[in-house]
Amino acid sequence: MLTKTFKRGIHPLHNMHEGKGPTRDLPVREYVSDSVVISMAMNIGAPAKPCVKKGDHVDIGQVIGEAQGFMSVPVHASVSGEVVSVDSIPSLGAGNVQAVTIKNDFADTWVELHPLGSVERVDPKAVIPAIQAAGITGMGGASFPTHVKLTFREGATCDTIVVNGAECETHLTADYRLMLEHSTRIVDGLRAVMRALNVKKGIIGIEDNKKEAIEAMAKAASGREGVSVQALKTKYPQGGEKQLIEAITGRQVPSGGLPIDAHVVVLNVGTCAAIADAIIDGKPLISRICTVTGCVRNPANLLLRIGTITEDIIGTCGGYSETPGKVVFGGMMTGICIPNDQMPIMKSTNGIVVLNERQSHSKDESPCIHCGRCVQACPIGLNPYQIKVAADKSDFAAAEKLHVMDCILCGSCAYQCPSRRWLTPSFKFCKDHITAEAKARAAAKKQPPSGAAARNASAPKDSDSMGKQSAGHAGSSEGGANK
Amino acid sequence: MSLRISTAPHMHNPLTTQRLMQYVFIALLPTAAVGVYAFGFPALAVLLISMATAVLCEFLWQKIAKQPVRINDFSALVTGLILGLNLPSTAPWWMAMIGSAFAILIVKQLFGGLGDNFLNPALAARAVLLASWPVHMTASAYVNPTYFQAGVDAVATATPLASKSASIVQLLLGQVPGTIGEVCKAAILAGFLFLVITGTISWRIPVIMTGSVFLFTLLIGGVTPEAALIATLSGGVLFGAVFMATDYVTSPITPWGQVIYACGAGLIIVLIRQFGSYPEGVTYGILLMNIATPLIDRFLPRKIYGYKKEAKKA
Repeated sequence: MLTKTFKRGIHPLHNMHEGKGPTRDLPVREYVSDSVVISMAMNIGAPAKPCVKKGDHVDIGQVIGEAQGFMSVPVHASVSGEVVSVDSIPSLGAGNVQAVTIKNDFADTWVELHPLGSVERVDPKAVIPAIQAAGITGMGGASFPTHVKLTFREGATCDTIVVNGAECETHLTADYRLMLEHSTRIVDGLRAVMRALNVKKGIIGIEDNKKEAIEAMAKAASGREGVSVQALKTKYPQGGEKQLIEAITGRQVPSGGLPIDAHVVVLNVGTCAAIADAIIDGKPLISRICTVTGCVRNPANLLLRIGTITEDIIGTCGGYSETPGKVVFGGMMTGICIPNDQMPIMKSTNGIVVLNERQSHSKDESPCIHCGRCVQACPIGLNPYQIKVAADKSDFAAAEKLHVMDCILCGSCAYQCPSRRWLTPSFKFCKDHITAEAKARAAAKKQPPSGAAARNASAPKDSDSMGKQSAGHAGSSEGGANK
Repeated sequence: MSLRISTAPHMHNPLTTQRLMQYVFIALLPTAAVGVYAFGFPALAVLLISMATAVLCEFLWQKIAKQPVRINDFSALVTGLILGLNLPSTAPWWMAMIGSAFAILIVKQLFGGLGDNFLNPALAARAVLLASWPVHMTASAYVNPTYFQAGVDAVATATPLASKSASIVQLLLGQVPGTIGEVCKAAILAGFLFLVITGTISWRIPVIMTGSVFLFTLLIGGVTPEAALIATLSGGVLFGAVFMATDYVTSPITPWGQVIYACGAGLIIVLIRQFGSYPEGVTYGILLMNIATPLIDRFLPRKIYGYKKEAKKA
């Protein structure tokens, strides 16, 4: 099979023993903890509103948080048992968020489920509402509500669904194991979406270092209408939405646009499997596969209930093998550091990587020597070193002119930089700043400055900061030493 | 328990600035070794003096300016060594010192230090020495390497450029007069291979620059291919192309920018050699393209993802 790819990019850990090795051959094992803390946070849009109270008994799959508007999805109980508390916990974005703590009674009683039956016979109109009701958000990392992605604006057309099985992050094997162990479910989910959107072509893209997954998915796809598997070159960020679309379809998403502007929708393999579960079994999204690796005694691929506390997860992996320095939710290239191991996992947590003290230590920036490694790495074709000069001067206009808004924050430039410059963090800071400014301008234009307008203007800003990484760290070179 | 927090990415390529500079230093060693072997103790003294002065100047400047001292990044040491290799073995000790001090203090630090200089420090210093003490810097100061065998005119001290008397083998082995670093092309090529294999530099600038010198000599000079090859291997072309034109700070970043830069340097070198009053043009060829580098980087259009026709949009 011909291997496709995108321009530039990097090969992290090309010659190193670390990475996927420790977990790639470990079958997924289920772990259920004594209690779960389920956050109401949404990636964008308002957080869900808790609809249970302390002392309530809940069953698995019961709605415990109501969706607030179109950009939001309901939140479901992931274990059966008693609601211990409903209070606020620190979110991974700025500020706090409401969360429901449930003590597991291990009775594993489910709410009444309403399966829709085979994906090939289900009413296409019922698919997207079922996806929203099941609380499905993108499971590849960004956590965007899937039903929003599948609802196009007027006039937009889609001819291809691309399924992301690239898993280009260096340490994660969750998607790989899912593709090996639940390949049919992924194809089922893809077919459900293809039928719902009346799309004839579904392509599953997988990096060519996962030969077994390519075989398994090809087998599952054979005989299914319009579904095919495409091998991709192993290169980071092959699993980036824009890079994947370029590699598979040869099209580019226009600057500032969405994949649908290239007539494509991209879904993660995990999202597809969750969609299949929602249609075939009527089950909401209450668990996910997560790779736990790095400085833990027994690295593993675990099937975890949403809301499982990190400390419990580390415990079932034999505990820390060294004093932890950083614990990262997600992969090494784009993952988010958690402040302590009491954080619960979310629907998007595809991995937990524990770094020791030495690996967590970030070196000081040294001067840019214009070696051009960032330029050679950038999958978008930007000049990161020039943007960094503008960013360091807080010259946001200049940064915007250098197309900082097209930056996908993949981290390739920062990975390559021999001067260890904080390229990606400062680009994130620029992007957040420019977005906030544009929003403020739009809000000011919309309404005359009055008390009511000021209140309205601040409301979307607050909800938008949910799920985002703290800009305070992003902008500061000293972020790494923050203890 | 407290955990560290930082934004992604959480890992880095192990290649650091210091490592890159060490690679350049290692790549220069064969050339330096042959130079010392060929010219004896005076060459060693010149190299040591220029290196020591460069590192000391960098240290003192950073101390006085209350900047973090970064002499362990090897960049000053490399500058000192390159400058030393650019001098004839007969250069007086004070000239090596003045050259190194000028390179570090004036060209590098006054313009903002590592990464902000707009000229290659060693090369700019060489140009200053060339203009100030031409007698010590040109053919009249060149001596024959000590292993220059009898059978060849032993009193010929002009560079092969002026006399055009050396054979290709003599040029490769360094059996020609010249500065300490430029004589042995084989050692320079070894350094080039090392730099390319370690990924320190791309092959582009050295190969295209050397190639364009050959081509332009052929076209403009109207000589035979063999004479053009001898001219290309003579003087400082190879040393300049491998170790000085490839300086990250003062060469373009994009591949096409590097092509323009290397061709431009090659053209200027040939023009100076053919029509200028200097017998050698490598110094000014590279320096002039150093100055053009920001322009090349800024105006060369880039294809950015998601823009159909970047030029039309802007």
